[in-house]
Amino acid sequence: MRLQPWNRRHLIERIMQIAMIGSLVIVGLCLGAILWTIIARGLPSLTWQMISQTPKGGFYMGKEGGVLNAILGSLYLASGATALAIVFALPIALYLQTYLATSGWAQLVRLALDVLWGIPSIVYGAFGFTLMIVLGVRASLLAGIIVLALVELPIMTRAMDEVIRRLPRDLAQAALALGSTKLEVALRVVIPQTLPGIVTAVLLAFGRGIGDAAAVLFTAGYTDRIPTSLLRATASLPLAVFFQLGTPYPEVRERGYASALILTIIVLLVSFGSRWLAARLQRYTVK
Amino acid sequence: MAQNPIQSTATTRNQRVVVASRRRTDTWARRVFFVITVLPIGLIAVVLIGLLYRSWPILSRYPLVDLLFGVDWKPSEGRFGFYSFIVGTVWVTVVGVGLAIPPCILVAIYLAEYAGARIRLLAKPILDVLAAIPPVVYGVWGLLSVVPLVETVLGPWSQQLLGFWGLFAVQQPTGFSVLAGGIVLAVMITPLIIAVIFEIFNTVPVDLRNASLAIGATRWETIQRVLLPQVMPGIIAAIVLGASRAFGETIAVLMVVGNIAQVPHSLFDAAYPLPALIANNYGEMMSIPLYDAALLCAALILLVIILLFNIFATVVLKRFVK
Repeated sequence: MRLQPWNRRHLIERIMQIAMIGSLVIVGLCLGAILWTIIARGLPSLTWQMISQTPKGGFYMGKEGGVLNAILGSLYLASGATALAIVFALPIALYLQTYLATSGWAQLVRLALDVLWGIPSIVYGAFGFTLMIVLGVRASLLAGIIVLALVELPIMTRAMDEVIRRLPRDLAQAALALGSTKLEVALRVVIPQTLPGIVTAVLLAFGRGIGDAAAVLFTAGYTDRIPTSLLRATASLPLAVFFQLGTPYPEVRERGYASALILTIIVLLVSFGSRWLAARLQRYTVK
Repeated sequence: MAQNPIQSTATTRNQRVVVASRRRTDTWARRVFFVITVLPIGLIAVVLIGLLYRSWPILSRYPLVDLLFGVDWKPSEGRFGFYSFIVGTVWVTVVGVGLAIPPCILVAIYLAEYAGARIRLLAKPILDVLAAIPPVVYGVWGLLSVVPLVETVLGPWSQQLLGFWGLFAVQQPTGFSVLAGGIVLAVMITPLIIAVIFEIFNTVPVDLRNASLAIGATRWETIQRVLLPQVMPGIIAAIVLGASRAFGETIAVLMVVGNIAQVPHSLFDAAYPLPALIANNYGEMMSIPLYDAALLCAALILLVIILLFNIFATVVLKRFVK
């Protein structure tokens, strides 16, 4: 027996479904609006010169040059920070899963990581800056890398932790039963099996790092030169966008939009690239 | 080991040496890993103590109540009242979270309970990309789209329709406002809130839904009467997480919120949140006495509030993982 199709209960059901789909559409439209704005305003001023040159004299008054210093600076910063974060994130994730599993220590460390994830990057930046003053270090690529690594560490670790948690217990236990030590299980079973997820976690953190402005604002400095040493100051794309928008010259602001577009493209490439890479690597794992 | 008959009789020493060395490696790895693993706990303590130590000059000089509730902000005269900045942060956060909550809950429910594989496959990249877009790009979008929208459309409408109500009156018609900051924040925290709520819905056993559907409830009734009461603490935790993210967001908000040190009274007033205060003034803080301590105190206030938010959210969410 069918219910009356349009009684009140079904009407509510229908209204809620429409509201839900409508909300999803709104979220999609927001993304569309953001991408459209960035592309429409950034593309006209995006020239080869922007990408291939460093700022020449008078760049900030609308004369020639580009933001190569910021592009390379950001890549150096994010790569360095990601490399540094891996050194800590991977052991932590492995230790949490293979040695500690769900003990009290593990819960405490996870809570700490979640809390660290929540700390805004401006606080890391301010903390890093005071530390630099105490140590007498000047704004440099190295300082920026260290502070960015702090921002990336919890993101990367928790993502790896989740991936490793989803690995079937049997695999590790089979290896243990054959006499492997836990370290061998971690290095020879867990890492190869979860490699796609680990790569995704690393690139997720990289994407977060390259887009972060607040952490490098005081710690990495800003310069028109391409950094040649870890101890020199370096430019970064988010700050390039921010500073160019702050100038009174319309041409320079246009370049700020173009820089924002460059940053968006890099971040999207990393995001989609990680998914593609993970799918490729998936083939080499035991199902 | 030596008592083990198989090991001691069969081939030998060599093997035992290898086993022993593998054991040693494992023990050392365990120790090193353990030290690395407790670093995050230490890091929180170090950041807290470091900020406390550096903001001590101002904390010891003025009573806490004066700092938190003082309205005067004149660093050159030695007057440091954080009230307008704290209120500004709260306003922007509340507006952002308020705008984000309804669509986020609906989308999360839709993806968890209604959507088929194809819609989920479509929605995932949307949310991933929203989460991947850097804050400064959100700021540019806010500057180019949201601020003009508030200035030319939302402001005049609101003034005309609801102008008699202070909250919606337009005193500062520049578009750089609490509302612009809130809209940008709402979009920024959307992917996080949706992801968390979606995960929570997935922890509810299927049987619960089936039982409710079997006795004739519609799907929405099942969600409303059976699932929502179950997941309510988790939804609140997700919102708190989103709020803490919004609370600390710096660059995107800084670019659209106006940065005028005042207590906002309307959605269309400019505000000056704490993170923006730190970001804008850190460069010149060394020139004025106590200024650096004041700014680090601002960072400390931010950190303490966010720690509380996050610990609450994490503890609540832990219950769902089991």
